[in-house]
Amino acid sequence: MLALDTSTPACSVALVQLPDTAPPPGATRPLASRRIVDARRHGELLSPLMRDALAEAAVTPADLAGVVVGLGPGPFTSLRVGIVTAATFAAALGLTCHGVCSLDGIGAVTSGRTGVVTDARRREVFWAAYADGERIAGPAVDRPDRAADLLRADGVGGVVGPGLALYPDAFANAAAAHAGTGTGTGAAAAQYPDPAVLAALAAPDLLAGRAPAPLTPIYLRRPDVAEPRPAKAVTG
Amino acid sequence: MTRPTPTGTVSGTSSGTSPSRGPAPLVLGIETSCDETGVGLVRDGVLLADALASSVDEHARYGGVVPEIAARAHLEAMVPTIDRALATAGAKASDIDAVAVTAGPGLAGALLVGVAAAKAYALALGVPLYGIHHLAAHVAVDTLEHGPLPSPSIALLVSGGHSSLLLVEDLAAAPVVSLGATVDDAAGEAYDKVARLLGMPFPGGPPIDRAARDGAPTIPFPRGKAGDGTFDFSFSGLKTAVARWVEARRRAGEPVPVADVAASFQEAVVDVLTAKAVAAARKHGVDTLVIGGGVAANSRLRALAAERCESAGITLRVPRPGLCTDNGAMVAALGALKVASGVAPSPLDLPASSTLPL
Ligand SMILES: Nc1ncnc2c1ncn2[C@@H]1O[C@H](COP(=O)(O)OP(=O)(O)O)[C@@H](O)[C@H]1O
Ligand SMILES: [Mg+2]
Repeated sequence: MLALDTSTPACSVALVQLPDTAPPPGATRPLASRRIVDARRHGELLSPLMRDALAEAAVTPADLAGVVVGLGPGPFTSLRVGIVTAATFAAALGLTCHGVCSLDGIGAVTSGRTGVVTDARRREVFWAAYADGERIAGPAVDRPDRAADLLRADGVGGVVGPGLALYPDAFANAAAAHAGTGTGTGAAAAQYPDPAVLAALAAPDLLAGRAPAPLTPIYLRRPDVAEPRPAKAVTG
Repeated sequence: MTRPTPTGTVSGTSSGTSPSRGPAPLVLGIETSCDETGVGLVRDGVLLADALASSVDEHARYGGVVPEIAARAHLEAMVPTIDRALATAGAKASDIDAVAVTAGPGLAGALLVGVAAAKAYALALGVPLYGIHHLAAHVAVDTLEHGPLPSPSIALLVSGGHSSLLLVEDLAAAPVVSLGATVDDAAGEAYDKVARLLGMPFPGGPPIDRAARDGAPTIPFPRGKAGDGTFDFSFSGLKTAVARWVEARRRAGEPVPVADVAASFQEAVVDVLTAKAVAAARKHGVDTLVIGGGVAANSRLRALAAERCESAGITLRVPRPGLCTDNGAMVAALGALKVASGVAPSPLDLPASSTLPL
């Protein structure tokens, strides 16, 4: 399986061996993985990273069984790069492409009640709450202090993800994050959605041959436009 | 047969044949620079499919293209539009020998969707990728209808985003030379703005074209930069003049003769466009003029250009209207020319550039 995520400043790719039975998310070791953190260059970075990961694992596109992509939430432009790349790559090969909420790429390997927060720009965060790796609230977009309140209401103690470093004050009284078992997580590894985790989450559908749901991006915001006023007079 | 990899180079042959033997290469073209998701398939100068999805209706209420809405629509339409093109051509993805894509100029977020899709397709199939200049593609599409373009030719490109006069020598290999361009609004943009002040729907070109048929060009609107000796255009003063004229009528409580205003505005636009295009051909000793872009669908532009080219001894080439507006066929057409002339493919880190120079 080829999995990728572009919902954060990280542009991440992983090649994962599809097991006979679905493993727990944290237990999947990628055959090869690539990650570059550069919020503005996903469009240039992603395909070369895919090519390099395939080459490292000595896998050709024709060997793949399926494609998995993080559907966001994330900044629109980079998010679309990932989704259209995954969808088109899969279509060219006649493979299915499975979408997973990108925040699950962090939250699914946490334990206890944990919140995941990523940067939504405009002084807001994308967030979701997890109970032993299961998403129990979100994804949603809110101002950091409001997100912190909602997470607390969900009984969340620890918060992980790039939003934590951006808004330390809002999430200050959240206890230190417990990163989960598995891929050698710890705070640094949980910083960005892990495509290997997304692959593991999609594996049951892929193994069962279930048709994937449509790849609907999780934007959480409407396009920023106003209807024009009637043409204004050019003369006084 | 060894196929060139996306990052490798195609061994160039000056004979204009494909790098492989057998049938000529099948080239997929993807266009997403504005509000149309276009996918074309071309083999050997023949158009096999030209699938299009447009978000124009979603923009109509805003009076212009909204970049974020366009980009969202491209993402939704991409795979279905590619599939439709393949089905029309009776081809499979694995039949494709090269992928071409508009790399710019255009709306950044919209371009990025097409460029990412094209790279993914090229990488999946192990075929070369070609980044294409949108304006050069508008010219190249004419070769699908009228065969190879004589070198040199003059091209007049008039659309919602561009108004340019170009000197074209070798479309595939040599850079196109810009002789002039609008200094403010594009011609199509002027149509859209004038239509709005006359209460017509977006896009404004077709309703003005229709209304003008019932009117006469009796109002002497200004011809911006007409006699300035450059090949540049200006349409913003014209738009303001139309607005002032219409407002004066309304303020005086008189009815606005919409058909005459439309015909007079249109005549002012088309007069300058065709006069400068013919002058450019004369100055450069060129005997072929190609017109492309959405405004090339305009009936008066076609008629006046035909008239003026005829008396100047210039051969006029205008693709059918469906190929004048943005489409994938034009990208596939230029991609196929590049493959045939052995031009090196683009790297997989090809950027999308909203301001890509010629
Ligand atoms: N019959 C016509 N007469 C004049 N302008 C037209 C006509 N048909 C379309 N247009 C104009 O063409 C433009 C769209 O062309 P297109 O090549 O798709 O442009 P772009 O992609 O740069 O927006 C619009 O501004 C529209 O008003
Ligand atoms: Mg155009």
